[in-house]
Amino acid sequence: MLIPVSISISVVIFLIVQLLPGDPIDNLIRVGSSTEDRKTLVLKYGLDQPLAVQYFRWIGAIFQGDFGEAIVLRRPVADLIAQNLPYSLRLGGAAFAFSSIAGITLGTISATTRSAIVENIMRGFILLGSTVPGFWLALLMILFFAVQLQWFPVSGAKGWSSLVLPVLTIGFGGVALVARVTRVALLDVRREDFVTLLHAKGLPSRTILFRHLMPHAMLPVVTILALRIGWILGGAVTVEFVFGRPGLGSLLIRAIGQRDYPLVQGCLLMLALAVMLGTLIGDVTQAAMDPRIRETKK
Amino acid sequence: MLEVRDLEVAFGQIAPLCGVSFALEKGETLGIVGESGSGKSLTAMSVMGLLPLSGGRITAGSIIFDGQELTKLPEAAYRKLRGGRLGLITQNPMTSLDPLQKIGPQVDAVARLHLGITGQQARARTIEILGTLRIPEPALICDRYPHQMSGGMKQRIVIAGALAANPDLLVADEPTTALDVTVQAQIIRLLDDLVKERALSLVLITHDMSVVAQTCDKVVVMYAGRAIEQGPVEAIFAEPQHPYTQALIGCIPKGLSEDEHLVGIPGTVPTVMNYPKGCPFHPRCIRAEDICTKTSPSLLPRGDGAVSCHFPGAAP
Repeated sequence: MLIPVSISISVVIFLIVQLLPGDPIDNLIRVGSSTEDRKTLVLKYGLDQPLAVQYFRWIGAIFQGDFGEAIVLRRPVADLIAQNLPYSLRLGGAAFAFSSIAGITLGTISATTRSAIVENIMRGFILLGSTVPGFWLALLMILFFAVQLQWFPVSGAKGWSSLVLPVLTIGFGGVALVARVTRVALLDVRREDFVTLLHAKGLPSRTILFRHLMPHAMLPVVTILALRIGWILGGAVTVEFVFGRPGLGSLLIRAIGQRDYPLVQGCLLMLALAVMLGTLIGDVTQAAMDPRIRETKK
Repeated sequence: MLEVRDLEVAFGQIAPLCGVSFALEKGETLGIVGESGSGKSLTAMSVMGLLPLSGGRITAGSIIFDGQELTKLPEAAYRKLRGGRLGLITQNPMTSLDPLQKIGPQVDAVARLHLGITGQQARARTIEILGTLRIPEPALICDRYPHQMSGGMKQRIVIAGALAANPDLLVADEPTTALDVTVQAQIIRLLDDLVKERALSLVLITHDMSVVAQTCDKVVVMYAGRAIEQGPVEAIFAEPQHPYTQALIGCIPKGLSEDEHLVGIPGTVPTVMNYPKGCPFHPRCIRAEDICTKTSPSLLPRGDGAVSCHFPGAAP
């Protein structure tokens, strides 16, 4: 399944970049260069070849571990990605951990609490978290925590303290999403017959919650989290931009601006791989958790 | 052993159950019959103290189990009774076991919790109980997941869970409704044997009059949240007094002859939201007169049992 998907994704990525108006040479040549100069550059990067030929050249090189050279930045695409990926991984990983832990905790509290006030606060928070856009929240965070309170740096990627605000910003939406899914899943499972029977066996509510309800509620949460692995790596673009952090997202935006075909293709391919990897991890985790899924996959 | 007196249950402002009373001795089987929505399951949940799960509460009446008033029992003490002395068997075995856990641990949990025995002993006990319930290869079954079992097997495992801590009272809420007919007979026979072997008391909730006739000592007929007739099984079947009971008995198919049609009761059970005024059965009753639409009859002793009808009596 992964192989045909990968192939079609590579085709789509390649074609979508070609659909953009303009080309990288526009960004490369100086004002006043002759058409001859332009032609030599076009020939150098093979942009005069038919698309099919260009595609197979690109994909053939990738199989040999060569992502090509960024036309405008004049450095190997692999190097650029390797340089930016750790920042994305650090931010994404921290945001992922934060949104999972906080989301599952809040979702569980909001599903099990008997207090109407707590429940309403949770609902309000979940609504806010799901709707407030990241870039706006990022600006508010900077204004309050960095400018007014001066607890954290405004921007950059130096040290762990610079990670706090971006992680909170990206994590906020994630926390709300995970909390919502956890809450709904818990409320659904609680209505199942087997839960009534567990109560009828005299098991304490706490045991029922942690040993029986949580494993069920985690199934949809794992799906959501797995989809978010890819999203968090690439979807943090606006937040990376606002906080002036390097990362895959910023790299991609710059590459698109300059029509740097090999770089755009390389970045997109990485993100697509991340999404597929996330889905794979999600499937494997679910199979580990649910014997019924293991059975159907055999 | 168990005595329920004037039980009333409410969900918010709605009172789907009122004035249910019955008593059950050790080693006896009590059948509760009625159509869907007549309050049978609510009665079971009340006895198990599980109404709060679905948001209901007991508003009046008492449930006395072995001399102990259950309606005012604190949750912690009730929890010790549940699974320990009160066992529940639910309706749908397909959804009554945790699909993510193996069979063994699900049954072990009960004995571990209530008998204070440890893993190995609990497992040995589980295997023994599964064996007595005529489950083949019980030791292997312990390592299986619920979805790998058939409905009848799952129901046996649910029963095993209910029996694991040697309860005194079993509450079986339509234990055979979701099963194939052949399996139904096996499960009913199994329950019947258990009651006899272990001197259990059994509250058997069903909508199948023929099951009641085969297994029960006493029967309570419920309609629209009330007990409308009750008494010893022989008396009720020989001379039912309430027109609804008569109609229910009339619905039991008798033979296989070509020209015999299945009999039903015209109309439907009223829902909680629109219980009729007066006797709840009057819109479907052949004997209904003016008074039936106005005042609700109370449950009065008659013969060996009791009936709630303005015009009780044998069928004309």
